[in-house]
Amino acid sequence: MSALGHLTLARFREFVREPAALFWVYGFPLILATTLAMAFSEKPVPASTVDVQLDPANPGATEALRAKLADAPGLKVEVHDEATCRKRLRTSKADAVVVPTPGRGAGHEYLFDETRSESVLGRNAADRALLRAAHPADPVPEQRAVTEPGARYIDFLIPGLLGMNLLGGGLFGVGFAVADLRVRKLLKRFQATPMRRSDFLLSIMLSRLVFTFVDVALLLTVAHFAFDIRVRGNPLAFAALVAAGGATFAGLGLLIGSRARTLETAAGLLNAMMLPMYVLSGVFFAASKFPDGMQWFVQALPLTALNDGLRAVMNDGAGWDALPRPLLVLGLWGTLSFAVALRIFRWR
Amino acid sequence: MIPAIRVRALVKTYRARPPVEAVRGLDLEVAVGECFGLLGPNGAGKTTTLEIIEGLLDATSGEVEVLGLTWADGEAAIRQRIGISLQETRLSDKLTVRETVALFRSFYPSGLTPDEAIARVGLEEKAKSYVEKLSGGQKQRLAVATALVGEPDLLFLDEPTTGLDPQSRRQLWDVIRAQKDRGRTVVVTTHYMDEAERLCDRVAVVDYGKVIALGSPAELIARVGGEHVIDLDYDPATAARLTSDQLVALPTVTSSREEGARVTLTAGEPHRALPALLDAARATGAKIAGLTTRTATLEDVFVTLTGRHLRSDS
Repeated sequence: MSALGHLTLARFREFVREPAALFWVYGFPLILATTLAMAFSEKPVPASTVDVQLDPANPGATEALRAKLADAPGLKVEVHDEATCRKRLRTSKADAVVVPTPGRGAGHEYLFDETRSESVLGRNAADRALLRAAHPADPVPEQRAVTEPGARYIDFLIPGLLGMNLLGGGLFGVGFAVADLRVRKLLKRFQATPMRRSDFLLSIMLSRLVFTFVDVALLLTVAHFAFDIRVRGNPLAFAALVAAGGATFAGLGLLIGSRARTLETAAGLLNAMMLPMYVLSGVFFAASKFPDGMQWFVQALPLTALNDGLRAVMNDGAGWDALPRPLLVLGLWGTLSFAVALRIFRWR
Repeated sequence: MIPAIRVRALVKTYRARPPVEAVRGLDLEVAVGECFGLLGPNGAGKTTTLEIIEGLLDATSGEVEVLGLTWADGEAAIRQRIGISLQETRLSDKLTVRETVALFRSFYPSGLTPDEAIARVGLEEKAKSYVEKLSGGQKQRLAVATALVGEPDLLFLDEPTTGLDPQSRRQLWDVIRAQKDRGRTVVVTTHYMDEAERLCDRVAVVDYGKVIALGSPAELIARVGGEHVIDLDYDPATAARLTSDQLVALPTVTSSREEGARVTLTAGEPHRALPALLDAARATGAKIAGLTTRTATLEDVFVTLTGRHLRSDS
């Protein structure tokens, strides 16, 4: 076997024989995805709870209101005295309160909290129920609930996690690994042999590329079975995007690892590069939420470009037509960091 | 015949404030087929010199030829013909011994099979063990195996036995001797004087970046005057001492050195020097707590030349 083959194989062996590395690269993103998906799992909006305030002077009016509200689907109704009603509204146990005012105005009024959407929904639901009860002859429009593919939060999240995983894998898998080899003086030991330096660098890229695809395949498989997520667009365009992302982040990792003499320096630099992108590049929420003044910066980040591309292909069903911009941004970052890394690389 | 190594007026100055002159005009010539030792205390410039010869460091000035080639012209050719074991290399923990040696073998166009290299350092039983499971001595032998696997004409070992147990040291000595028996050249740096005396055909004693003595161990020992050393310990409770003039006047004594309550003499003929020494002690009233004679070592050579010990802890 060639030196390139041996070097690449050695990187595979070192990786798969290190359970901690396996966990952080493969286990951790899966746990993160599952946890976040549970936290943000989308259930139908729950029924509103509406209290009717007991009017001791006119229990008939109270009962009439309760009966009308109880008839409406998707409403839970309870009757309490004034103090209890206020307390339940304050502690969010009730979403809105209907107060009977017989002989005055509409015959009832609403208490609600206008800063809480559940409270506004509760007020509207009660109002609608009472209106319908007042006009029983009006026809009710037909309603159909529909779900658009790719509209759930988990659909948004998984491409972001894929991008984040490619970033972390590339930066740590290359940057940290190279710094570690230098600290252990293995780079210097390799330099003392006839090993071609291009073989060494190529072996790092090759092994990284394979890890990247294993990584993505694993996350996608789990996401498919757990959350029914699939790549809706062109699978080749998707693969090209993943390869471009993996190569770009490997280049950034190589740049960071090209001179670091201690693991602490390497870890510091890696985190300094990674954390801003985790926040700014639209992993957990859309990058477009940042102010317009910051967008030129946010949009120039390689992870933003990758995440936009992944979401376009996975969720919007896009093909090659969505790729030029992400590939351009990634290509610029990748080429530049490789060129600089090779120029300043330190073997000892 | 072209020497294996030729070094002329080698200078290495590290940029710092003030600049550190690690090597200051060093000359060396190592013949093909000999085992050559570089001796000296920590910071003497041994490793710097070695790494310049190995092509891992650039010299500030001076000439270096390895196997008749310079690094500028013949880097690829030299690399294929030398094997190197560095100080403090940590090989990958999660590779097995055979995988590690096979990896290094793949860098060379020709050489031993991985199993042959492993057998030469006696690690056959550990061939399938992970590196992390090896003892310090076994790791060091593995490092030597990675240096041997390209079947080098010239083998460099930087402090190969430092910190090893006696058995591992002896196993490494056997590896070095076997290499010499095949007509290959070995260059070794070491702290251990007994090791240099046993293994090396010639040694260079390096101090402050220069060669201060060069020759076979026997020659160097003879050169400091006498192959015998007398160590005399005074009873610290008494004050009477012999003067150094008295001591060097003793028959066949060539030098005297006093360190605390111990006097170390070099003598050509102990059977003449000792009775005279005892007579002089009796006449002066000096009380002797201990008296030993031994053959001189390279350590004595170094101390005589510099007034310091090779290792501060010895």
